[in-house]
Amino acid sequence: MKQLYAFVQKEFLHIFRDVRTILLIIGIPVAQILIIGFAVSTEVKNIKTAIYDPSNDVSTRQIIDKLAVSEYFNIVEYLSNPDQIEDRFQRGDIQFAMVFGDRFHENLYHNGNASVQLLADATDPNQGTVAANYAAAIISDYAQTMMSDLNIPFQIMTQVQMLYNPSMRSSYDFVPGLMGLIFILICAMMTSIAIVREKETGTMEVLLASPVKPIYIVLAKMAPYFLISWFILIVILLMSVFLLHVPITGNLLWLNVFSLIYIVLSLALGLLISTIVNTQVAAMLASGMGLMMPFMILSGMMFPIESMPTFLKIVSCIIPARWYISGVRKVMIEGAGVEHILPELLILTAMASFIILVSLKNFKKRLE
Amino acid sequence: MDYVIETKDLTKRFGNFTAVDNISFAVGRGEIFGFLGANGAGKTTAMRMLCGLSRPTSGQGFVAGYDIFRQQEKIKRNIGYMSQKFSLYEDLQVWENMRLFGGIYGVKDSVIFSKIDETLEKLGLSSERNTLVKALPLGWKQKLAFSVAIFHEPQIVFLDEPTGGVDPVTRRQFWELIYEAASRGITIFVTTHYMDEAEYCHRVSIMVDGRIEALDTPHNLRQQFQATTMDEVFHRLARKAQRQGE
Repeated sequence: MKQLYAFVQKEFLHIFRDVRTILLIIGIPVAQILIIGFAVSTEVKNIKTAIYDPSNDVSTRQIIDKLAVSEYFNIVEYLSNPDQIEDRFQRGDIQFAMVFGDRFHENLYHNGNASVQLLADATDPNQGTVAANYAAAIISDYAQTMMSDLNIPFQIMTQVQMLYNPSMRSSYDFVPGLMGLIFILICAMMTSIAIVREKETGTMEVLLASPVKPIYIVLAKMAPYFLISWFILIVILLMSVFLLHVPITGNLLWLNVFSLIYIVLSLALGLLISTIVNTQVAAMLASGMGLMMPFMILSGMMFPIESMPTFLKIVSCIIPARWYISGVRKVMIEGAGVEHILPELLILTAMASFIILVSLKNFKKRLE
Repeated sequence: MDYVIETKDLTKRFGNFTAVDNISFAVGRGEIFGFLGANGAGKTTAMRMLCGLSRPTSGQGFVAGYDIFRQQEKIKRNIGYMSQKFSLYEDLQVWENMRLFGGIYGVKDSVIFSKIDETLEKLGLSSERNTLVKALPLGWKQKLAFSVAIFHEPQIVFLDEPTGGVDPVTRRQFWELIYEAASRGITIFVTTHYMDEAEYCHRVSIMVDGRIEALDTPHNLRQQFQATTMDEVFHRLARKAQRQGE
């Protein structure tokens, strides 16, 4: 036990002596959250808007007037042809379009039923939603006024269409994705580098020639990164609640347990890499290209898994981050109970145990 | 005589390649034993087996009274090891390195601290107690690494080319440390490429192609091979080698 203590102490010294690295591993997640936080909290104003109004009657003009006076919309063009809409979006002239149906006023009064279509450029999903919501509010506000004036039930069919990003992956989703990536970065990359560094400098041989148990060497290497990761987890959660206003709706305890399993898994991956490669550069490449890239691309963080070809869908199943991100999304954002993330929990635990076994076996074999 | 290392027909094979081929020798307590051989002769493999880092294929071996097949853990407690590469932690302070290795070998805390001061005083490095190791010149580092390797008073210390890249003056000082440790009863098992250092050893073995081709005192070896220096002895033997160095 005393050996282990002496070792853990040493590992902490290594890390705290290397101020640049520690700033980097804590700074990266903080910076990313801040950047996202800014993107999210920026208020949406002066959305460049085009109107297509074939009816051009008293109702549509009233709605357009309301839209024009609001600070959110800036009407840049009245279109004469609906075919122009696509073109204007693609040229970046407009971010939002309001398309009225034919004979709007007439339909509204006689049938109590008129339609308007809202088109939003959702490449910035946040802005797209906000614009659509504002416009829908203005329309329903108009309908309310009409109703109370005339005391007849009206219905304006507002049809919202999000262009270019139909699944509406909002920045909320970025937090689980970020977590999935950051732990791989810290745990797998840093651990593998730290272990391989000792191989490179020759200190590993001295340690192996000493009576210290190999498992202690491994545990001591992992301990600081485990704690740092946990700390970062808490920082990310605090920042996403207080800065991004992403509510943690689910059970905080399970979110922690779930994340810690993933952290242990990442640490084991780092150990595995360290048993395969012999230089720090190779460790960096292996964890960067071998882990980070597939994790980023195939975990559903960047591209939705649903829209992947079948082959990649199958491949994505062996990416631990896929299960982690999906689980975090469920617990954190959807507020699902632990029973809903049971599959993810079990899969991650199984993966972690498997990787730990393989890497420990590999580590021991390499000592021979 | 009291032997601390004894091997009989010790062999290590990697597939078809016999790295160490039936070596038998014994090293007495307090002896400075030079383990020579060209690159690829099998020195490092033999040494790794003795240190419990690698399992022999066949033969027998006892180090510090323990079987190298079954009691590697006990062997590790009773030996010190200084590797070819510089083996202290550069980003730890001098005393932190000593405390770490003291802790690894189970030295008591109270002993560790008095020993640190004592050792540093002996090395003349008392003022560098809190210096990061990377700030020290190479010669000092090597001396420090040796002191750390014998910090827990092992029965035997294995030195794998300890003086590589060090200037002659520092090498001289380094050997003074070795003599001092040997006089306290610590057995020194040292590999080297410097033939002048071979002269400092009590006895020398020379490995060629995995076998020990000669083993005696430097004086007797010179006579046996009718040579004036160990350098000549070494060259005569090494010329027979079939294997190429790594």
